Amino acid sequence: MSTHEWPLWEVFIRSKAGLNHKHVGSLRAADAEMAVENARDVYTRRSEGISIWVVESKDIYASDPTEADALFEPADSKIYRHPTFYDVPDGISHM
Amino acid sequence: MEEINYAELERRFQEKIDKDIKIEPKDWMPDDYRQTLIRQISQHAHSEIVGMLPEGNWITRAPNLRRKAVLLAKVQDEAGHGLYLYSAAETLGADREETIDDLHSGKAKYSSIFNYPTLTWADMGAIGWLVDGAAIMNQVPLCRCSYGPYARAMVRVCKEESFHQRQGFEIMTKLAQGTPEQKAMAQDALNRFWWPSLMMFGPNDAESKHTAQSVKWKIKRHTNDELRQQFVDVTVPQAEMIGLTIPDKDLKFNEATGHYEFGEINWDEFWQVVAGNGPCNKDRIDTRRKAKENGEWVREAASAYAAKQAELKRA
Repeated sequence: MSTHEWPLWEVFIRSKAGLNHKHVGSLRAADAEMAVENARDVYTRRSEGISIWVVESKDIYASDPTEADALFEPADSKIYRHPTFYDVPDGISHM
Repeated sequence: MEEINYAELERRFQEKIDKDIKIEPKDWMPDDYRQTLIRQISQHAHSEIVGMLPEGNWITRAPNLRRKAVLLAKVQDEAGHGLYLYSAAETLGADREETIDDLHSGKAKYSSIFNYPTLTWADMGAIGWLVDGAAIMNQVPLCRCSYGPYARAMVRVCKEESFHQRQGFEIMTKLAQGTPEQKAMAQDALNRFWWPSLMMFGPNDAESKHTAQSVKWKIKRHTNDELRQQFVDVTVPQAEMIGLTIPDKDLKFNEATGHYEFGEINWDEFWQVVAGNGPCNKDRIDTRRKAKENGEWVREAASAYAAKQAELKRA
């Protein structure tokens, strides 16, 4: 067996308390534990994180970019979801 | 879905590039774009990995603990940069193992600068100052490259590289201010690394076969000669400041253009080193190959452990 069989992992880092984990890149590792240790060395050498998530790349199901228009179209046509859609009379505040 | 022909897909692709919309791994891209990026990113990754060797040569002989800790951190960064880049190449469908095997078989290239030996401690200074300086010049525009994963990797790399150049310049400054022997050592390192550093930007624009297409695709933002000129313009005053002399009798400042004019690069030497005939080509590849072979049992053990743990979990 060689590294060839080592799965690919996607790495997510929480940079500080209060912020969400954010995707930073990927790496190869034999198992989840090693993936976290490698992620520590590869992606947090300058204190970029306080928490690491790793997910095997094959377990991520992603939307299809060629169908992005159809997928996101419903939101495009609903401008009334934004506050700027509404008229507010002059003199009204705290709204 | 309607049938879209290749020309139309290509037209839409170029339109995105022209609008500065980044290309992401699952987006449609012309095969040439993919292959160009795989070649460039993997060469870049190999350069980071092989680039650890000339400096690794001096870790055990660093003159004091501070210098040793700094050099270790720098070399560790190069390993990290190689890994960001191998991952970026994988997003394009490159196989990691194959990519590395291509380096070891001599099929893939890496920056020819790393085929020069590091003979003295001053070479650590010259490499940080000149080689990392030239690399930064190349890499900063790559942060705006049209391919998302490459651009993001470059942002991380550039943030980390700036310390590399400063530590090199600090070594050179200290030596230049030292005893006459130390200053001579610094000058000697500059003499040996100056020209190979200028070669790092690649062939002259007229000779560079990939430049035009890469500029159109926004993989490259500047030509080789533009970047080389920029490097000379910023580096010459730095050398003067610390009292070292650039080894080029034709070097002179042109008041009219605001640029330094410099002598002819020995392109024959460049192509010789690229072709594998540099002073350390064989040594570098042998070292990488041995590192892989000697690590085989560790990788095997880790795989076996992972398989066993997974089995225990299922039971």
